[in-house]
Amino acid sequence: MFSLIGIVIVVIGFVLRINPLLVVTVAGLATGIAGGLGPLEVVAAFGKAFITSRYVAIVWLVLPVIGLLEHAGLKERARAVIARLRTATTSRVLLVYFAIRQVTAALGLTSLGGHAQMVRPLIAPMAEGAAENKFGELPEKTRYRIRANAAAVDNIALFFGEDIFIAIGSILLIRGFLDQNGIHVEPTQLAIWAIPTAVCALVIHCTRLLLLDRKLRAEIEREMEDA
Amino acid sequence: MITLEHIYWLSGLMMLGVAVVNARDATNPRRLNNTAFWGIYAVTFLAGSYLPDLANGFLVIAMVLVASIRGLGQGKGEGETRQKREASAQRWGNKLFAPALTIPIVTVLGTVLFKRIIVNGAPLVDLKQVTVISLAIATIIALTIGMVMLRPPLFAPIREARRLLDAVGWAAVLPQMLAALGALFAIAGVGKVVSGIAQKWIPLDHPFAVVTTYAIGMAAFTMIMGNAFAAFPVMTAGIGLPLIVQKFGGDPTIMAAIGMLSGFCGTLMTPMAANFNIVPTALLELPDENAVIKVQIPTALMLLGANVLLMNFLVFRH
Repeated sequence: MFSLIGIVIVVIGFVLRINPLLVVTVAGLATGIAGGLGPLEVVAAFGKAFITSRYVAIVWLVLPVIGLLEHAGLKERARAVIARLRTATTSRVLLVYFAIRQVTAALGLTSLGGHAQMVRPLIAPMAEGAAENKFGELPEKTRYRIRANAAAVDNIALFFGEDIFIAIGSILLIRGFLDQNGIHVEPTQLAIWAIPTAVCALVIHCTRLLLLDRKLRAEIEREMEDA
Repeated sequence: MITLEHIYWLSGLMMLGVAVVNARDATNPRRLNNTAFWGIYAVTFLAGSYLPDLANGFLVIAMVLVASIRGLGQGKGEGETRQKREASAQRWGNKLFAPALTIPIVTVLGTVLFKRIIVNGAPLVDLKQVTVISLAIATIIALTIGMVMLRPPLFAPIREARRLLDAVGWAAVLPQMLAALGALFAIAGVGKVVSGIAQKWIPLDHPFAVVTTYAIGMAAFTMIMGNAFAAFPVMTAGIGLPLIVQKFGGDPTIMAAIGMLSGFCGTLMTPMAANFNIVPTALLELPDENAVIKVQIPTALMLLGANVLLMNFLVFRH
């Protein structure tokens, strides 16, 4: 039971809004000690795990070029392109991105997206630009809501698209684990049974996106009245 | 052969550059903290593979202390004014999209083509890491195109990287930290304890109860671990295989496929999945670090409900 202390520390830390790096480190060290490691062994285990997970941080290599392009007006250009499309609204921009992201992920092209390389420089400015077309200068709150929605579209479309591709990590993991337990399953079968959930995700989230324009309008009108 | 290690050197050099730019920036009141933070991070990339585990552990702890005791700051920034950026956008037009779109396109091409390029009997890149290596190569090509096209000062890219990385701040390191936490959870056997509790306290004598517990358990345990991959073996060994498959005769393929996707619903709802949920709030400069999670929760809950129903309908149909 003591090994659950890490979970308790994480929950308390997040609730009290203590710096998450500190919370996670303390939780990790406490869990290791509760699991029977000595103090130096825990530090070593933590260091080893941190070093083996460095691949997570490779995405930051996109920052120099993205920053350079932003400096040259990439976001402003993305907004201007959308401004010329009269029919573009925030809902529609995000719906199109959702569909492209989910379909390409289902074909195994999971890297055609991402927060640093697509959402920040292109998708979020386009979604904001579409709202500016309709409503003029946006209240901060609305701007933030649109950006958060752009990030959410990237996540949801990716998660519930990629499992339809047979060579994706999660399918390989499922197959490997079931093999160890003496059950043989075909990757194609796993991929097929991911489709019903993928369709549900598309229907549920696209319905919410369709309602987003109306929600933004209501929010902007409320803010105007308050002002 | 190009391996992950080469890409780490590149990342290390970038982090080192970010540290140096910070050290020289008098407008940042916490510039020494920023310099130390990114400098130590650079060392973990450049030397991490060669240092003993214990040394790496202390480096990580030092980074955490730097980030949490007095915190990181941000320089006043030399970001261009909006008018200047708009003028530049006018001037370059849609050409600006070319380097940006180079990144995803070359990454995808790389993942497909590198498998076929053999040099002296060995593949050109380490195929186990082909996506990550392709991404790194794509960013180098995109940066080259951007530099040739825009002709900025030589050190502009590293100054821009510094601006963006300092805007993200410590959140840039959180995903890696959480992966390390997951590893310690695994060493300490946290998973077995959790599935033990589930088996003990939840009535599992009816197929509907078992399937529902499995799907919701996948989501809940993913929220704790921040990763459905960590939750899947634990929940499937603890509840899925013994009860759904062996006791009630459910189909393991359908159970596993929908079970994993139930876990993904959990990923949408937890700050522990920092690279998906916390990092974008930093990148998009949102004041509320839970803003993305808040948008995702309604979809995640409805989809989890759909998964519970789907699994109940589909898993026993034989």
